[in-house]
Amino acid sequence: MTAEVAVLGAGMHPWGKWGRSFVEYGVAAARAALVDAGVDWRDVDAIVGADTVRGGYPGYVAGATFARALGWQGARVTSVYAACASGAQAIGAARAQILAGLADVVLVVGADAAPKGFFRPAGGDRPDDPDWLRFRVLGATNPTYFGLYARRRMAVHGDTPEDFAQVKVKNSAMGALNPNARYRKRVTAQEVAASAVVADPLRLLDICATSDGGAALVLSSLDFARRHGVARPVRISAVSTVSPRYPTTVLDLPDIATDSAAAVEPAGEPFRASIAHAAYEEAGVGPDDLSLAEVYDLSTALELQWYEDLGLCAEGEAAKLLREGATAPGGRIPVNPSGGLSSFGEAVPAQAIAQVCEVTWQLRGQAGERQVAGARVAVTANQGLFGHGSAVVAVR
Amino acid sequence: MVEGWFTGDGDDFRLLGTRCSACGSVFFPREDTFCRNPGCQGGALAEVPLSRRGRVWSYTDSRYRPPSPYVTEPELPWEPYTLIAVELAAERIVVLGQAVPGITVADLAVGMEVEAVPGVLHEDARTTWTTWRWRPTGVTR
Repeated sequence: MTAEVAVLGAGMHPWGKWGRSFVEYGVAAARAALVDAGVDWRDVDAIVGADTVRGGYPGYVAGATFARALGWQGARVTSVYAACASGAQAIGAARAQILAGLADVVLVVGADAAPKGFFRPAGGDRPDDPDWLRFRVLGATNPTYFGLYARRRMAVHGDTPEDFAQVKVKNSAMGALNPNARYRKRVTAQEVAASAVVADPLRLLDICATSDGGAALVLSSLDFARRHGVARPVRISAVSTVSPRYPTTVLDLPDIATDSAAAVEPAGEPFRASIAHAAYEEAGVGPDDLSLAEVYDLSTALELQWYEDLGLCAEGEAAKLLREGATAPGGRIPVNPSGGLSSFGEAVPAQAIAQVCEVTWQLRGQAGERQVAGARVAVTANQGLFGHGSAVVAVR
Repeated sequence: MVEGWFTGDGDDFRLLGTRCSACGSVFFPREDTFCRNPGCQGGALAEVPLSRRGRVWSYTDSRYRPPSPYVTEPELPWEPYTLIAVELAAERIVVLGQAVPGITVADLAVGMEVEAVPGVLHEDARTTWTTWRWRPTGVTR
Protein backbone atom coordinates (compact mmCIF):
# COMPACT_ATOMS: atom_id res chain seq x y z
CA MET A 1 0.00 0.00 0.00
CA THR A 2 1.40 3.34 -1.03
CA ALA A 3 -0.17 5.22 1.89
CA GLU A 4 2.03 3.48 4.45
CA VAL A 5 5.27 4.65 6.03
CA ALA A 6 7.82 2.56 7.90
CA VAL A 7 8.80 2.97 11.55
CA LEU A 8 12.55 2.44 11.40
CA GLY A 9 13.37 3.51 14.91
CA ALA A 10 11.79 4.26 18.28
CA GLY A 11 13.36 5.80 21.37
CA MET A 12 12.44 7.30 24.71
CA HIS A 13 13.88 9.16 27.64
CA PRO A 14 12.44 7.60 30.80
CA TRP A 15 9.49 9.51 32.33
CA GLY A 16 9.85 11.06 35.78
CA LYS A 17 10.54 14.37 37.49
CA TRP A 18 14.11 14.82 36.43
CA GLY A 19 14.38 18.60 36.73
CA ARG A 20 16.18 19.08 33.43
CA SER A 21 15.32 20.89 30.19
CA PHE A 22 12.90 19.35 27.71
CA VAL A 23 15.70 19.64 25.13
CA GLU A 24 17.77 17.05 26.98
CA TYR A 25 14.89 14.58 27.07
CA GLY A 26 14.11 15.11 23.40
CA VAL A 27 17.70 14.74 22.26
CA ALA A 28 18.17 11.57 24.35
CA ALA A 29 15.01 10.09 22.81
CA ALA A 30 16.07 11.18 19.31
CA ARG A 31 19.54 9.65 19.62
CA ALA A 32 17.97 6.40 20.89
CA ALA A 33 15.56 6.33 17.94
CA LEU A 34 18.37 7.01 15.45
CA VAL A 35 20.49 4.20 16.94
CA ASP A 36 17.46 1.89 16.84
CA ALA A 37 16.94 2.79 13.17
CA GLY A 38 20.61 2.52 12.27
CA VAL A 39 20.37 5.94 10.63
CA ASP A 40 22.97 8.71 10.97
CA TRP A 41 21.43 12.07 11.96
CA ARG A 42 23.21 13.70 8.99
CA ASP A 43 21.24 11.42 6.64
CA VAL A 44 17.85 12.54 8.00
CA ASP A 45 15.93 14.67 5.45
CA ALA A 46 13.49 16.34 7.83
CA ILE A 47 12.79 16.80 11.53
CA VAL A 48 9.37 17.46 13.07
CA GLY A 49 9.17 18.66 16.67
CA ALA A 50 6.04 18.50 18.83
CA ASP A 51 5.96 21.79 20.72
CA THR A 52 5.86 22.38 24.43
CA VAL A 53 4.40 25.63 25.72
CA ARG A 54 6.85 25.35 28.60
CA GLY A 55 10.57 25.94 28.31
CA GLY A 56 10.23 29.44 26.90
CA TYR A 57 10.62 30.43 23.25
CA PRO A 58 12.61 27.33 22.20
CA GLY A 59 9.63 25.21 23.31
CA TYR A 60 7.45 26.85 20.65
CA VAL A 61 9.98 26.02 17.93
CA ALA A 62 10.71 22.49 19.08
CA GLY A 63 11.75 21.16 15.65
CA ALA A 64 14.52 23.72 15.27
CA THR A 65 15.47 23.42 18.95
CA PHE A 66 16.09 19.69 18.66
CA ALA A 67 17.82 20.13 15.27
CA ARG A 68 20.22 22.69 16.74
CA ALA A 69 20.94 20.49 19.75
CA LEU A 70 21.62 17.48 17.51
CA GLY A 71 23.76 19.70 15.25
CA TRP A 72 22.49 21.79 12.34
CA GLN A 73 22.69 19.64 9.22
CA GLY A 74 20.32 21.38 6.82
CA ALA A 75 17.20 19.23 7.30
CA ARG A 76 13.72 20.51 6.48
CA VAL A 77 12.26 21.59 9.85
CA THR A 78 8.69 21.67 11.18
CA SER A 79 7.19 22.45 14.62
CA VAL A 80 3.61 21.62 15.57
CA TYR A 81 1.37 22.25 18.55
CA ALA A 82 -1.93 20.46 19.19
CA ALA A 83 -2.06 20.02 22.97
CA CYS A 84 -2.18 16.28 23.83
CA ALA A 85 -2.41 15.46 20.10
CA SER A 86 0.86 17.32 19.32
CA GLY A 87 2.81 14.11 18.92
CA ALA A 88 0.25 12.65 16.51
CA GLN A 89 0.25 15.83 14.43
CA ALA A 90 4.06 15.63 14.33
CA ILE A 91 3.79 12.04 13.09
CA GLY A 92 1.12 13.16 10.62
CA ALA A 93 3.32 15.96 9.27
CA ALA A 94 6.29 13.60 8.89
CA ARG A 95 4.14 11.01 7.14
CA ALA A 96 2.70 13.59 4.75
CA GLN A 97 6.21 14.73 3.76
CA ILE A 98 7.27 11.13 3.13
CA LEU A 99 4.14 10.23 1.14
CA ALA A 100 4.45 13.46 -0.88
CA GLY A 101 8.01 12.53 -1.80
CA LEU A 102 9.48 15.55 -0.02
CA ALA A 103 11.54 13.40 2.34
CA ASP A 104 12.73 9.81 2.55
CA VAL A 105 13.54 9.67 6.25
CA VAL A 106 12.14 11.92 8.98
CA LEU A 107 12.89 12.25 12.69
CA VAL A 108 9.88 12.99 14.94
CA VAL A 109 10.57 14.25 18.48
CA GLY A 110 8.41 15.32 21.43
CA ALA A 111 9.59 16.15 24.95
CA ASP A 112 8.43 18.11 27.97
CA ALA A 113 9.46 19.23 31.42
CA ALA A 114 6.05 19.54 33.08
CA PRO A 115 5.37 21.88 35.99
CA LYS A 116 4.44 20.44 39.38
CA GLY A 117 0.78 20.06 40.25
CA PHE A 118 -2.20 21.08 38.12
CA PHE A 119 -1.71 22.18 34.55
CA ARG A 120 -2.70 25.85 34.30
CA PRO A 121 -3.14 28.34 31.50
CA ALA A 122 -0.39 30.72 30.38
CA GLY A 123 -0.10 33.84 32.55
CA GLY A 124 -1.71 37.25 32.30
CA ASP A 125 -5.33 38.42 32.20
CA ARG A 126 -6.71 36.83 29.06
CA PRO A 127 -10.52 36.67 29.09
CA ASP A 128 -10.53 35.91 25.35
CA ASP A 129 -8.96 32.49 26.09
CA PRO A 130 -11.43 29.69 27.01
CA ASP A 131 -8.66 27.88 28.89
CA TRP A 132 -7.98 30.95 31.05
CA LEU A 133 -11.72 31.52 31.59
CA ARG A 134 -12.51 28.06 32.91
CA PHE A 135 -9.86 28.48 35.60
CA ARG A 136 -10.69 32.09 36.45
CA VAL A 137 -14.49 31.82 36.48
CA LEU A 138 -15.02 28.22 37.64
CA GLY A 139 -11.71 26.92 39.02
CA ALA A 140 -12.31 23.97 36.68
CA THR A 141 -9.02 22.04 36.64
CA ASN A 142 -8.44 19.08 34.31
CA PRO A 143 -9.30 16.55 37.06
CA THR A 144 -12.71 18.19 37.59
CA TYR A 145 -13.59 17.38 33.98
CA PHE A 146 -12.41 13.79 34.54
CA GLY A 147 -14.61 13.73 37.65
CA LEU A 148 -17.63 14.90 35.64
CA TYR A 149 -17.11 12.13 33.06
CA ALA A 150 -16.62 9.50 35.77
CA ARG A 151 -19.78 10.51 37.64
CA ARG A 152 -21.74 10.54 34.39
CA ARG A 153 -20.59 6.96 33.65
CA MET A 154 -21.70 5.89 37.12
CA ALA A 155 -25.14 7.44 36.59
CA VAL A 156 -25.69 6.23 33.02
CA HIS A 157 -23.88 2.89 32.88
CA GLY A 158 -23.67 1.84 36.52
CA ASP A 159 -19.86 1.89 36.70
CA THR A 160 -18.47 1.96 40.24
CA PRO A 161 -15.37 3.49 41.83
CA GLU A 162 -14.20 -0.11 42.29
CA ASP A 163 -14.35 -0.60 38.51
CA PHE A 164 -12.27 2.55 38.05
CA ALA A 165 -9.71 1.29 40.59
CA GLN A 166 -9.31 -1.95 38.63
CA VAL A 167 -8.02 0.06 35.66
CA LYS A 168 -5.23 1.40 37.89
CA VAL A 169 -4.51 -2.08 39.23
CA LYS A 170 -4.19 -3.41 35.67
CA ASN A 171 -2.07 -0.55 34.32
CA SER A 172 0.26 -0.34 37.30
CA ALA A 173 1.02 -4.05 36.94
CA MET A 174 2.16 -3.33 33.37
CA GLY A 175 4.02 -0.15 34.31
CA ALA A 176 5.97 -2.15 36.88
CA LEU A 177 7.47 -4.09 33.94
CA ASN A 178 8.35 -1.02 31.85
CA PRO A 179 11.82 0.52 32.35
CA ASN A 180 10.65 3.81 30.77
CA ALA A 181 7.69 4.25 33.14
CA ARG A 182 7.85 6.74 36.01
CA TYR A 183 5.81 4.60 38.43
CA ARG A 184 7.04 1.05 38.64
CA LYS A 185 5.10 -0.27 41.60
CA ARG A 186 2.01 -2.46 41.48
CA VAL A 187 -0.99 -0.74 43.06
CA THR A 188 -3.85 -2.54 44.81
CA ALA A 189 -7.54 -1.62 44.77
CA GLN A 190 -7.24 -0.91 48.49
CA GLU A 191 -4.46 1.60 47.84
CA VAL A 192 -6.59 3.38 45.25
CA ALA A 193 -9.54 3.49 47.66
CA ALA A 194 -7.29 4.82 50.43
CA SER A 195 -5.87 7.67 48.32
CA ALA A 196 -7.27 11.18 48.69
CA VAL A 197 -10.29 12.30 46.67
CA VAL A 198 -9.19 14.87 44.08
CA ALA A 199 -12.41 15.44 42.12
CA ASP A 200 -15.30 13.29 43.30
CA PRO A 201 -15.60 10.37 42.54
CA LEU A 202 -11.94 10.20 41.43
CA ARG A 203 -9.02 9.76 43.77
CA LEU A 204 -5.35 10.59 43.48
CA LEU A 205 -4.50 7.13 42.11
CA ASP A 206 -7.30 7.40 39.50
CA ILE A 207 -5.67 10.45 37.91
CA CYS A 208 -2.40 10.65 36.03
CA ALA A 209 0.42 12.88 37.26
CA THR A 210 2.39 15.47 35.33
CA SER A 211 5.87 14.29 34.35
CA ASP A 212 8.98 14.99 32.37
CA GLY A 213 9.79 12.71 29.46
CA GLY A 214 10.67 12.39 25.79
CA ALA A 215 9.89 10.13 22.85
CA ALA A 216 11.07 9.96 19.24
CA LEU A 217 10.51 8.00 16.04
CA VAL A 218 12.43 7.62 12.81
CA LEU A 219 9.94 7.26 9.96
CA SER A 220 10.76 6.52 6.33
CA SER A 221 9.30 5.54 3.00
CA LEU A 222 8.88 1.79 2.46
CA ASP A 223 11.43 2.06 -0.35
CA PHE A 224 14.00 3.62 1.96
CA ALA A 225 13.35 0.89 4.54
CA ARG A 226 13.91 -1.80 1.90
CA ARG A 227 17.12 -0.15 0.66
CA HIS A 228 18.16 0.16 4.30
CA GLY A 229 17.81 -3.61 4.70
CA VAL A 230 14.54 -3.69 6.63
CA ALA A 231 12.29 -5.98 4.61
CA ARG A 232 9.38 -6.15 7.03
CA PRO A 233 9.20 -2.95 9.09
CA VAL A 234 6.40 -1.90 11.41
CA ARG A 235 4.22 0.31 9.19
CA ILE A 236 1.96 3.22 10.06
CA SER A 237 -1.18 2.81 7.99
CA ALA A 238 -3.31 5.62 9.43
CA VAL A 239 -2.92 8.88 11.33
CA SER A 240 -6.21 10.44 12.43
CA THR A 241 -6.11 14.07 13.56
CA VAL A 242 -9.80 14.89 13.01
CA SER A 243 -11.66 17.72 14.73
CA PRO A 244 -15.09 17.37 16.34
CA ARG A 245 -18.26 17.94 14.32
CA TYR A 246 -20.69 20.72 15.29
CA PRO A 247 -22.56 20.51 17.58
CA THR A 248 -20.42 18.77 20.21
CA THR A 249 -22.77 17.66 22.96
CA VAL A 250 -20.28 16.24 25.48
CA LEU A 251 -18.68 18.85 27.73
CA ASP A 252 -14.97 18.84 26.90
CA LEU A 253 -11.79 20.53 28.09
CA PRO A 254 -11.52 23.53 28.22
CA ASP A 255 -15.15 24.48 27.53
CA ILE A 256 -17.62 26.03 29.97
CA ALA A 257 -20.58 24.75 27.93
CA THR A 258 -21.28 22.36 25.07
CA ASP A 259 -22.51 23.52 21.70
CA SER A 260 -26.28 23.83 21.58
CA ALA A 261 -28.07 21.13 19.58
CA ALA A 262 -31.13 23.38 19.21
CA ALA A 263 -30.55 24.17 15.53
CA VAL A 264 -28.44 21.27 14.19
CA GLU A 265 -28.95 17.61 15.05
CA PRO A 266 -25.71 16.10 16.45
CA ALA A 267 -23.86 13.43 14.44
CA GLY A 268 -24.63 9.96 15.77
CA GLU A 269 -20.96 9.40 16.56
CA PRO A 270 -19.41 11.33 19.47
CA PHE A 271 -16.02 12.98 18.99
CA ARG A 272 -13.80 10.33 20.56
CA ALA A 273 -15.47 7.59 18.52
CA SER A 274 -15.01 9.65 15.34
CA ILE A 275 -11.26 9.90 16.02
CA ALA A 276 -10.97 6.10 16.07
CA HIS A 277 -13.37 5.67 13.18
CA ALA A 278 -11.29 7.92 10.91
CA ALA A 279 -8.16 5.88 11.72
CA TYR A 280 -9.88 2.53 11.10
CA GLU A 281 -11.31 3.81 7.81
CA GLU A 282 -7.93 5.03 6.58
CA ALA A 283 -6.11 1.83 7.60
CA GLY A 284 -8.84 -0.50 6.38
CA VAL A 285 -9.04 -2.29 9.72
CA GLY A 286 -11.67 -2.56 12.45
CA PRO A 287 -11.72 -3.18 16.20
CA ASP A 288 -11.84 -6.94 15.65
CA ASP A 289 -8.45 -6.84 13.90
CA LEU A 290 -6.63 -5.27 16.86
CA SER A 291 -3.99 -7.04 18.90
CA LEU A 292 -3.63 -4.20 21.40
CA ALA A 293 -4.49 -0.56 22.04
CA GLU A 294 -2.70 2.32 23.76
CA VAL A 295 -5.19 4.94 24.98
CA TYR A 296 -5.05 8.11 27.05
CA ASP A 297 -5.96 7.04 30.57
CA LEU A 298 -5.84 10.58 31.97
CA SER A 299 -8.19 9.06 34.49
CA THR A 300 -9.10 5.43 35.10
CA ALA A 301 -12.72 6.17 34.12
CA LEU A 302 -11.57 7.73 30.85
CA GLU A 303 -9.82 4.50 29.85
CA LEU A 304 -13.19 2.73 30.14
CA GLN A 305 -14.73 5.38 27.91
CA TRP A 306 -12.13 4.66 25.24
CA TYR A 307 -13.06 0.94 25.18
CA GLU A 308 -16.47 1.99 23.90
CA ASP A 309 -15.24 4.75 21.61
CA LEU A 310 -12.69 2.40 20.01
CA GLY A 311 -15.47 -0.14 19.44
CA LEU A 312 -13.87 -2.78 21.69
CA CYS A 313 -17.33 -3.26 23.20
CA ALA A 314 -20.81 -1.77 23.00
CA GLU A 315 -21.74 1.47 24.78
CA GLY A 316 -22.02 0.93 28.51
CA GLU A 317 -20.17 -2.41 28.40
CA ALA A 318 -16.66 -1.17 29.24
CA ALA A 319 -16.65 -2.12 32.90
CA LYS A 320 -17.88 -5.58 31.94
CA LEU A 321 -15.04 -5.90 29.39
CA LEU A 322 -12.54 -4.91 32.08
CA ARG A 323 -14.00 -7.30 34.66
CA GLU A 324 -13.79 -10.15 32.14
CA GLY A 325 -10.06 -9.48 31.80
CA ALA A 326 -10.34 -8.83 28.05
CA THR A 327 -8.19 -5.69 28.30
CA ALA A 328 -5.57 -7.20 30.61
CA PRO A 329 -2.41 -9.00 29.44
CA GLY A 330 -3.41 -12.30 27.89
CA GLY A 331 -6.94 -11.02 27.25
CA ARG A 332 -8.68 -10.63 23.90
CA ILE A 333 -7.53 -7.00 23.47
CA PRO A 334 -4.93 -5.78 25.97
CA VAL A 335 -5.17 -2.02 26.56
CA ASN A 336 -2.20 0.05 27.72
CA PRO A 337 0.38 -2.73 27.95
CA SER A 338 2.95 0.09 28.39
CA GLY A 339 1.35 0.91 31.73
CA GLY A 340 -0.40 3.94 30.23
CA LEU A 341 -0.31 7.51 31.46
CA SER A 342 -1.21 6.01 34.79
CA SER A 343 2.36 4.70 34.97
CA PHE A 344 4.07 7.37 32.86
CA GLY A 345 2.34 10.65 33.76
CA GLU A 346 1.78 13.43 31.27
CA ALA A 347 4.64 14.87 29.22
CA VAL A 348 2.24 16.39 26.73
CA PRO A 349 4.12 16.67 23.40
CA ALA A 350 5.79 13.29 23.93
CA GLN A 351 2.73 11.23 24.79
CA ALA A 352 1.25 10.37 21.41
CA ILE A 353 4.78 9.60 20.14
CA ALA A 354 5.44 7.39 23.17
CA GLN A 355 2.26 5.46 22.38
CA VAL A 356 3.60 4.70 18.89
CA CYS A 357 7.00 3.71 20.39
CA GLU A 358 5.21 1.16 22.56
CA VAL A 359 3.15 -0.32 19.73
CA THR A 360 6.30 -0.46 17.57
CA TRP A 361 8.10 -2.54 20.20
CA GLN A 362 5.00 -4.69 20.66
CA LEU A 363 4.61 -5.32 16.92
CA ARG A 364 8.30 -6.21 16.64
CA GLY A 365 8.02 -8.59 19.59
CA GLN A 366 10.54 -6.51 21.57
CA ALA A 367 8.36 -5.52 24.53
CA GLY A 368 10.00 -7.91 26.97
CA GLU A 369 7.92 -8.99 29.95
CA ARG A 370 4.93 -6.91 28.83
CA GLN A 371 4.85 -8.38 25.30
CA VAL A 372 1.39 -9.07 23.83
CA ALA A 373 1.80 -12.45 22.11
CA GLY A 374 1.58 -12.39 18.32
CA ALA A 375 0.80 -8.67 18.05
CA ARG A 376 -0.04 -7.71 14.44
CA VAL A 377 -2.29 -4.63 14.49
CA ALA A 378 -2.33 -1.84 17.08
CA VAL A 379 -4.19 1.41 17.56
CA THR A 380 -3.30 4.42 19.69
CA ALA A 381 -5.80 7.10 20.68
CA ASN A 382 -6.00 10.38 22.50
CA GLN A 383 -7.90 13.63 22.59
CA GLY A 384 -6.31 17.03 23.08
CA LEU A 385 -7.52 20.33 24.48
CA PHE A 386 -9.41 22.57 22.01
CA GLY A 387 -10.84 19.76 19.85
CA HIS A 388 -7.68 17.94 18.83
CA GLY A 389 -8.13 14.26 17.97
CA SER A 390 -5.39 11.70 17.53
CA ALA A 391 -5.24 8.04 16.63
CA VAL A 392 -2.56 6.02 14.85
CA VAL A 393 -2.88 2.53 13.37
CA ALA A 394 0.35 0.50 13.10
CA VAL A 395 0.65 -2.95 11.58
CA ARG A 396 3.22 -5.61 10.89
CA MET B 1 -14.34 39.99 33.12
CA VAL B 2 -17.37 38.08 31.83
CA GLU B 3 -19.46 41.04 30.86
CA GLY B 4 -22.89 40.21 29.50
CA TRP B 5 -22.92 36.54 30.58
CA PHE B 6 -25.84 37.00 33.00
CA THR B 7 -28.38 39.57 34.16
CA GLY B 8 -30.99 40.27 36.82
CA ASP B 9 -31.55 39.40 40.46
CA GLY B 10 -33.59 36.89 42.40
CA ASP B 11 -36.25 35.19 40.27
CA ASP B 12 -35.29 37.40 37.32
CA PHE B 13 -31.70 36.11 37.19
CA ARG B 14 -30.81 34.66 33.78
CA LEU B 15 -27.71 33.46 31.99
CA LEU B 16 -27.31 35.35 28.71
CA GLY B 17 -26.26 33.72 25.47
CA THR B 18 -26.59 34.72 21.84
CA ARG B 19 -28.67 33.25 19.04
CA CYS B 20 -27.86 33.28 15.31
CA SER B 21 -30.66 34.96 13.39
CA ALA B 22 -29.95 32.81 10.33
CA CYS B 23 -29.87 29.26 11.74
CA GLY B 24 -31.13 29.59 15.32
CA SER B 25 -27.97 28.19 16.96
CA VAL B 26 -27.56 29.30 20.57
CA PHE B 27 -24.18 30.06 22.15
CA PHE B 28 -23.01 30.23 25.75
CA PRO B 29 -20.67 31.82 26.67
CA ARG B 30 -22.00 34.42 24.26
CA GLU B 31 -20.57 34.35 20.75
CA ASP B 32 -20.72 37.87 19.31
CA THR B 33 -18.43 37.54 16.29
CA PHE B 34 -19.48 34.59 14.14
CA CYS B 35 -21.95 31.71 14.08
CA ARG B 36 -20.03 28.45 14.63
CA ASN B 37 -22.48 26.25 12.73
CA PRO B 38 -20.45 25.07 9.69
CA GLY B 39 -23.61 24.92 7.59
CA CYS B 40 -24.57 28.54 8.30
CA GLN B 41 -23.46 31.51 6.24
CA GLY B 42 -23.66 33.56 9.43
CA GLY B 43 -26.41 35.81 10.63
CA ALA B 44 -26.64 38.57 13.21
CA LEU B 45 -26.08 37.28 16.74
CA ALA B 46 -28.71 38.56 19.16
CA GLU B 47 -28.58 38.36 22.94
CA VAL B 48 -30.96 35.77 24.38
CA PRO B 49 -31.71 34.76 28.00
CA LEU B 50 -31.27 31.04 28.68
CA SER B 51 -33.69 28.80 30.57
CA ARG B 52 -33.43 29.41 34.27
CA ARG B 53 -33.87 25.75 35.20
CA GLY B 54 -32.24 22.59 33.97
CA ARG B 55 -31.27 19.05 34.98
CA VAL B 56 -27.94 17.87 36.40
CA TRP B 57 -25.87 16.17 33.64
CA SER B 58 -23.02 15.44 36.02
CA TYR B 59 -21.20 16.92 39.00
CA THR B 60 -17.91 16.82 40.85
CA ASP B 61 -15.87 18.91 43.25
CA SER B 62 -12.38 20.30 43.70
CA ARG B 63 -10.76 18.97 46.85
CA TYR B 64 -7.48 20.73 46.13
CA ARG B 65 -6.97 24.45 45.68
CA PRO B 66 -6.93 25.24 41.95
CA PRO B 67 -4.03 27.27 40.53
CA SER B 68 -4.31 30.88 39.42
CA PRO B 69 -6.01 32.56 37.64
CA TYR B 70 -8.64 31.18 40.07
CA VAL B 71 -8.54 33.58 42.99
CA THR B 72 -8.41 32.20 46.53
CA GLU B 73 -7.08 33.40 49.87
CA PRO B 74 -3.95 31.28 50.36
CA GLU B 75 -3.86 32.03 54.09
CA LEU B 76 -7.32 30.50 54.59
CA PRO B 77 -7.92 26.74 54.69
CA TRP B 78 -9.14 25.40 51.36
CA GLU B 79 -12.91 24.87 51.18
CA PRO B 80 -13.81 22.58 48.26
CA TYR B 81 -16.52 23.83 45.94
CA THR B 82 -18.88 21.75 43.86
CA LEU B 83 -19.14 21.99 40.09
CA ILE B 84 -22.36 21.06 38.28
CA ALA B 85 -22.88 20.53 34.54
CA VAL B 86 -26.50 21.33 33.77
CA GLU B 87 -28.54 20.35 30.72
CA LEU B 88 -30.99 23.04 29.57
CA ALA B 89 -33.78 21.29 27.65
CA ALA B 90 -35.00 24.13 25.44
CA GLU B 91 -31.51 25.15 24.31
CA ARG B 92 -30.16 21.54 24.23
CA ILE B 93 -26.95 22.77 25.83
CA VAL B 94 -24.93 21.72 28.91
CA VAL B 95 -23.59 24.61 31.02
CA LEU B 96 -20.96 24.16 33.74
CA GLY B 97 -21.07 26.24 36.90
CA GLN B 98 -20.25 26.19 40.57
CA ALA B 99 -22.96 25.11 42.99
CA VAL B 100 -24.11 27.63 45.59
CA PRO B 101 -21.94 27.50 48.73
CA GLY B 102 -22.96 24.72 51.10
CA ILE B 103 -24.09 22.29 48.39
CA THR B 104 -21.79 19.26 48.27
CA VAL B 105 -21.68 16.25 45.96
CA ALA B 106 -23.66 14.35 48.62
CA ASP B 107 -26.62 16.66 47.96
CA LEU B 108 -26.72 15.96 44.21
CA ALA B 109 -27.84 13.32 41.74
CA VAL B 110 -27.73 13.17 37.94
CA GLY B 111 -31.13 14.27 36.61
CA MET B 112 -31.96 16.50 39.60
CA GLU B 113 -33.51 19.90 38.81
CA VAL B 114 -31.38 22.98 39.50
CA GLU B 115 -31.74 26.68 38.80
CA ALA B 116 -29.35 29.51 38.01
CA VAL B 117 -28.90 32.10 40.77
CA PRO B 118 -26.50 35.02 41.21
CA GLY B 119 -23.37 34.56 43.28
CA VAL B 120 -20.11 36.19 44.27
CA LEU B 121 -16.94 34.68 42.82
CA HIS B 122 -14.51 36.86 44.71
CA GLU B 123 -14.28 40.29 46.29
CA ASP B 124 -11.55 42.58 47.47
CA ALA B 125 -11.59 46.08 48.92
CA ARG B 126 -12.34 47.66 45.55
CA THR B 127 -14.18 45.09 43.43
CA THR B 128 -16.83 42.38 43.72
CA TRP B 129 -16.71 39.79 40.94
CA THR B 130 -20.20 38.38 40.47
CA THR B 131 -20.98 35.07 38.78
CA TRP B 132 -23.70 32.49 38.31
CA ARG B 133 -24.28 29.46 40.53
CA TRP B 134 -26.44 26.37 40.25
CA ARG B 135 -28.80 25.66 43.15
CA PRO B 136 -31.09 22.63 43.50
CA THR B 137 -34.69 23.82 43.19
CA GLY B 138 -36.47 23.92 46.53
CA VAL B 139 -33.27 24.95 48.32
CA THR B 140 -33.54 28.52 49.57
CA ARG B 141 -30.11 29.19 51.05
